[in-house]
Amino acid sequence: MNTMQVSFGEKKDNAAQAEHAVKMSARDVKVFYGDNEALHGINMDILENEVIAFIGPSGCGKSTFLRCLNRMNDTIDTARVTGLVTLDGKDIYDRSLDVVQLRAQVGMVFQKPNPFPKSIFENIAYGPRLHGLVDNKRDLDEVVESSLRRAGLWDEVKDRLEAPGTGLSGGQQQRLCIARAIAVSPEVILMDEPCSALDPIATSIIEELIDELKGSYTIAIVTHNMQQAARVSDKTAFFHLGNLVELNDTREIFTNPQDSRTEDYITGRFG
Amino acid sequence: MTPSDSEQTKTQQPDLMDLAQKRDLMQQRVAASLKRRHASEKRFRLYGMAAVTVALSFVAILFITILSKGLPAFWQATLTLDVYFDPEIIEIDEKPVRQPGESDGAFQQRMLAWQTDLGFVNFNRIILNSLAEVLPEAPRYQRDAMRLVTSGERFGLRQLVEDNPAIVGQTLRLKLLADANVDVWLKGNIDRSLPDSQQQLSARTRAWADELAERGIIRNQFSTALFMNADSRSSLASAGLAGAFMGSLMMMLIVMFLAVPVGVASAIYLEEFAPKNRLTDLIEVNINNLAAVPSIVFGLLGASVFILWFKLPLSAPIVGGLVLSLMTLPTVIIATRSTLKAIPPSIRQAALGIGASKVQSVFHHVLPLAIPGILTGSILGVAQALGEAAPLLLIGMSSFVASVPGSPFDQSTALPVQIYLWQGNELRNFFEARTSAAIIVLLALMISLNALAIWLRRHFETRW
Ligand SMILES: Nc1ncnc2c1ncn2[C@@H]1O[C@H](COP(=O)(O)OP(=O)(O)O)[C@@H](O)[C@H]1O
Ligand SMILES: [Mg+2]
Repeated sequence: MNTMQVSFGEKKDNAAQAEHAVKMSARDVKVFYGDNEALHGINMDILENEVIAFIGPSGCGKSTFLRCLNRMNDTIDTARVTGLVTLDGKDIYDRSLDVVQLRAQVGMVFQKPNPFPKSIFENIAYGPRLHGLVDNKRDLDEVVESSLRRAGLWDEVKDRLEAPGTGLSGGQQQRLCIARAIAVSPEVILMDEPCSALDPIATSIIEELIDELKGSYTIAIVTHNMQQAARVSDKTAFFHLGNLVELNDTREIFTNPQDSRTEDYITGRFG
Repeated sequence: MTPSDSEQTKTQQPDLMDLAQKRDLMQQRVAASLKRRHASEKRFRLYGMAAVTVALSFVAILFITILSKGLPAFWQATLTLDVYFDPEIIEIDEKPVRQPGESDGAFQQRMLAWQTDLGFVNFNRIILNSLAEVLPEAPRYQRDAMRLVTSGERFGLRQLVEDNPAIVGQTLRLKLLADANVDVWLKGNIDRSLPDSQQQLSARTRAWADELAERGIIRNQFSTALFMNADSRSSLASAGLAGAFMGSLMMMLIVMFLAVPVGVASAIYLEEFAPKNRLTDLIEVNINNLAAVPSIVFGLLGASVFILWFKLPLSAPIVGGLVLSLMTLPTVIIATRSTLKAIPPSIRQAALGIGASKVQSVFHHVLPLAIPGILTGSILGVAQALGEAAPLLLIGMSSFVASVPGSPFDQSTALPVQIYLWQGNELRNFFEARTSAAIIVLLALMISLNALAIWLRRHFETRW
C-alpha cells in the first residue's frame, strides 16, 4: 500500500506528466461481494489521454476495479462499492449522476467479443441512436463510418454493413465492439482483457488500434499478458489480492519494480 | 540427499528392462478393457434403440387405432330423397314482413306467432311422404319407416321453410341423415346375426335400410353434421362438435390473452428486474410447485372462487378459460424464464456498457432474442390447456349442452369433455367411432398448434 502511494506521489511530481490532467481517480475504493471484500481500498489517479494497464494474478480484482469505473458493478446483485470514484472531479456514485450518462462517457469493451446479434450497421448505430447523438440518417451513416474507420474495420466491412455482426471473425468482432464503444464518443474506454479470446494476429491488430486511439481517449486495459502491457501502456498498475501494490510508468515497473511482489510477478515467479 | 531419493536412483536403472514389459502388460490390459468398453457402449446403444422403438410403436398403435376407429365416423349413412313441401301439410300464413312504422316489439311478436305456427307443422309427415316415394309400404309401417331418418331432420326441414317460405309447394332433392342405428347397421358395427330382441331396429327397418343402400338411396357421405351441429341426445346421428369446438376456442383465446401476457410479464420481471432475495426465492419455489399441482385442483379452485365468490355462470367458457389460465400461468412463466436465462449475459452487458438503461437492455436486446422461446413455451402451454378435461368437469362443463355458445358466458362444453361425454354414451356402437373422430379433431388441433410453435421457433431463431 505504502509503496503504491510513494510511487504514485512521485508520478504526480513528475514534470513530464504535468500536461496531463487527472481524468478519473479512485480514493479508498472497496468492493464487497456479499460479505467478501474483493478490493481493499484502492487509490489511483488515471490521467487524461494515457493508457493504463492493470496487471496481476487472476482473481486479484482487476476486473472488479475496472467495473467500478463505469459502475458496471451495479449490475451485480451482490456487489457493493464504497469509497470515492470521480470522473473530471465529479463523484460518479453521486445520486444526482445518471449512470446512463456515465456509461456514455466511460465506454467498455469486454473480454469476450459481444456484438449484438444484429447487423454490423445496427451494432454501431445503437449507441448514437440511444443517446440521441444524431438527428438524421446521414449523420448516423457518418458516425458509423467514422467509428468503423477508427477501429480499423471499415475496409473489411464497408460492403456488408447489413451482414450480422456475429458472422465476423473473433478479432473483427472485438474491433466491432471497440467501434461500437467509440461511436458514442466516450472520454474513457475500459477494456477487460480484450485480446484474451483472440489469436496472436488479431491481438496485434487490436494492440495497434489501442496505440492509435491513445491521445484521443483515456484507456484502461486489463491484461494478463505482460508483453502486451509493456507494448501498449504508458502506466502500469499491479494488483495483488485485492490491493494495488504498485503503480508507475510502465518502463519503471518492468525494469525497476519497487515492490518484491511486483518483481516476482513480472519475472514469472508466481501468477 | 534424502534416503528416499537415493533409493529411487538405485532402482531406476534395473527397471529399464522391466519398463518395456510393463508397458506391454498395460497395453494388453487396455486392449482387454477396451473390448469391455466397446461391448457396454454397444449394449447401451441397443437399449436406447429398443426404448425408442417401443415408444414409437406405442405411438403408432395409438394413432392407428384412433384413425381406424375414428375416420369412418366422418362419413355417415345419408338418404338422398325428393322432398315435397306439401302446402296442405305446411299450412301457414306468409312470413311476416316489417311494415313501415311498425315498432320493434310488434314486429317481433308477429314473427314469433308465425314461428310458433310453423312449429306446429308436422314435418315428420313430409319426411314420411318422401320415404313413401321410394318405399311404397312406408305409410303402412310408419314407425318402422320413420326410424330410417334421424329425428333431428324434421327441424332441418323446418329451418329450410323458415329461411325461405317460397319452397312450400316445391319438391327439393335433399340429403337427410339416417338414424344412428341405421348407420351402425349398414356399417356392420352390430352383429347382424343377433336375434330381433337384441337389435335396436325392427326387422322391417333393417330390411329397408339394406334395400335403400342397395338402391343407392342411402349412401355414406361426408358428415357436415359432425362439424356444424352441437351435441344432441334426441337425434344422435346429428350430434356434432360445433358447441364443444366453440367452447374450446373461446377458452383458448382467454388463455392466450390472459395467461400469456401475465405470465410473460411476470417472468420478465422476476428474471430481469426483481432483486434476488428471500421473497423472490419463495415466489420462484411456489411457481415451480404450482406447475406440478394436478390440474383437477385448479378446477376446485375455479369452482370455489369464480363460481361461488364471483358468481360467474356454471359451465361457461369464461370460467373454464380463467381456470385454464391459472393452470397455464406457471408453465408460461417457467418457459419464459428459462428462455431468458439462456440469453447470454454478454448481450445485456454490451447494452448496459454502452449506456442503455436496464429496461432498454431488456426490451431492445434480450426480449427480441427470447421471442421464439417465449412463443414456443406459450403455445405449448395453450395446447396443454386445450387438451385439459379434468378441471372443466368440476366447473360444470361436463353437462349436456345442445347449443353452440354465442358468448363466453353461455353454457358450453369443451372438446376433451365432449370426448369424455361421448365415450360414456349408451349407444356405444355409434359413439365409439364418433369419440375417436372427436379425438382426431382434437389431435389435429394440437398438432397444428405444435407445428406452429416449431415454425415460429425456426422462423425467429437467431444465433449469437
Ligand atoms: N460476480 C461476482 N460475485 C462474487 N464474487 C466475485 C464476482 N466477481 C468477482 N468476484 C471475486 O472477486 C475477486 C476478484 O475478481 P476479479 O475482479 O474478477 O479478478 P481478476 O479480474 O483480477 O481476475 C475474486 O476473488 C472473485 O472470486
Ligand atoms: Mg478478470
